[in-house]
Amino acid sequence: MTTSVVSMNNVIKKFGDQVVLNGFDFEIKPGVIVGLIGPSGSGKSTVIHVLLGMEKAQSGEAFVFGNSMPNRRLLGRIGYMAQTDALYERLTGRENLQFFAEMKGIEPSLIKKQIDHVSQVVDLASDLDKRTSGYSGGMKRRLSLAISLLGDGDLLILDEPTVGVDPALRRSIWKELHRLRDNGKTILVTTHVMDEAELVDDVAMLIAGKLQEYGQPARLKEKYHEDTIENIFLKVESQNETNVSHI
Amino acid sequence: MRRTLAISKRVTLELIRDKRTLMLMFLAPILILILMKLVFSANTTVDVKIATVNVSDSLVQQIDKMKGIKTVDYGSKESARSSLNKENVDGIIQTKGNDFYVTYANTDPSKTAATKAALNSSILVNNLSDLKKALTKIQKQMPNNLGINYSSNAKPKIHNDYIYGNSKTNFFDKMLPILMGFFVFFFVFLISGMALLNERTSGTLGRLLATPVRRGEIVFGYMLSYGFVAIFQTLLIVLFTVYGLGVEVVGNIFNIVIVNVVLAFVALAFGILMSTFAKTEFQMMQFIPLIVIPQIFFSGIIPLDTMAHWVQVIAYVLPLKYSGEATTGIVMNGQSLLTVINPILILLLFLVVLTGLNIWGLKRYRKV
Repeated sequence: MTTSVVSMNNVIKKFGDQVVLNGFDFEIKPGVIVGLIGPSGSGKSTVIHVLLGMEKAQSGEAFVFGNSMPNRRLLGRIGYMAQTDALYERLTGRENLQFFAEMKGIEPSLIKKQIDHVSQVVDLASDLDKRTSGYSGGMKRRLSLAISLLGDGDLLILDEPTVGVDPALRRSIWKELHRLRDNGKTILVTTHVMDEAELVDDVAMLIAGKLQEYGQPARLKEKYHEDTIENIFLKVESQNETNVSHI
Repeated sequence: MRRTLAISKRVTLELIRDKRTLMLMFLAPILILILMKLVFSANTTVDVKIATVNVSDSLVQQIDKMKGIKTVDYGSKESARSSLNKENVDGIIQTKGNDFYVTYANTDPSKTAATKAALNSSILVNNLSDLKKALTKIQKQMPNNLGINYSSNAKPKIHNDYIYGNSKTNFFDKMLPILMGFFVFFFVFLISGMALLNERTSGTLGRLLATPVRRGEIVFGYMLSYGFVAIFQTLLIVLFTVYGLGVEVVGNIFNIVIVNVVLAFVALAFGILMSTFAKTEFQMMQFIPLIVIPQIFFSGIIPLDTMAHWVQVIAYVLPLKYSGEATTGIVMNGQSLLTVINPILILLLFLVVLTGLNIWGLKRYRKV
């Protein structure tokens, strides 16, 4: 268990009467990209919120780097990108990056270098001094990704990073994610775009509050005798429904 | 500390870039103050027209001498009454035997009061002059050695001396110290509340809380920047009222700034707290009639001791009452900070409680 970057044990999370996570178990090994897929409303974001300590599970535990969450200090080692762009629109791209770099507690002397680096990664270097209110949707998404890369965190948690992003940019974002993985980062990506699930190292299927299937795409394809993740997902989902109706 | 500074820098930068809001904070109070000065400094004498029926000539003459009062003689009550209904006159005075029967239009209470005062003093003056005449008559019939000489008894002159202001001091001057606090409270409450609401709805608060920032650092960062804004706003308002409107400030201007900055902190903490109960900016606006407006009534603009006791109790939970008390003391009586320390301490108590609530309340968005 010490080797896991992320570990969630039997997590139960309810909002009022609604059970979102119902005994969710999850492990992420270092240096892999895990794609968390599930229908919308299945609780993908809730998994992330519990991991970040924004929500506290009613029962079960969540560990990041072997430490129980919520843990404020640990957040400095996690890069997080939310579903919404969450930018200060009256500030320029550089000011946004500067602000979040300071929030992350990056050494002042290293901030400028980091800003230059992450803005190059997302190809925004030439637009950094424009106000973000004038950015296009894709540019905002890229800046948002750049912010999550600040601080060179060992774990990146990206909530739907490619929503509303054009194909060329999506390809370059994935290329960057692979490069980061090769440098030893661990990445958790949620998505509901099934062909993106082909690009990850491990696919985690969250259905009805439980981890229903987890493994390498190739291995899952073998197991279910299907040639796309999408078909596997639909199969697992319908199996789950029949299971539920049997109960 | 570094993060607190970075947050306040960011909040200030955002505010400075929002030119319209900035104008609202700095120019709107000036505009309102100018308008109020004009409105309250307008001629305060009322013009009243009174219909008289059967009133003795000497009394009518006396009433006519009163400032702003004119009489019109009517033959009958009925014709006077129809004039009153047509709003040609503001009241009717009728004499029946020894008594006076007065009918007021009463659409303007100040006119009613003026009519009452005019009638009362006219009757008094008339009686006095009757008395005087009688006295002179008696005196003439008496031997001269009594030594009373009425004609040499000159009318006494009244010399006025004002501790605060001068003869032109009016309601505006009374309201001003309280209004300064109100402007600070209103704008800081609304704008900071909106700012935090925006952080929440745009997701930047979530992103902020996904960094190792402490919840307290967020609240203090906001305080630092809005405290700064409040200093400028108060300075502008005070300097404008003193040099632009010519209002006298007896005490130290910087004491006023200190009180208002404390009030701004309270307003900020209040705004942030209330923003957690609002889902949209419009819902934030809905707090204005609930939280901002009632404070005006209890801020001391209307003297609190004239209110029913249970109503006065409400004032004790409203921050504007205490800032009003402190600034009024400084502006009108020239009191030092030490003299008005009690209301300031209570404001600080508000501040500590509200800030604590805010830091605790942010737990809704992150559990540590």
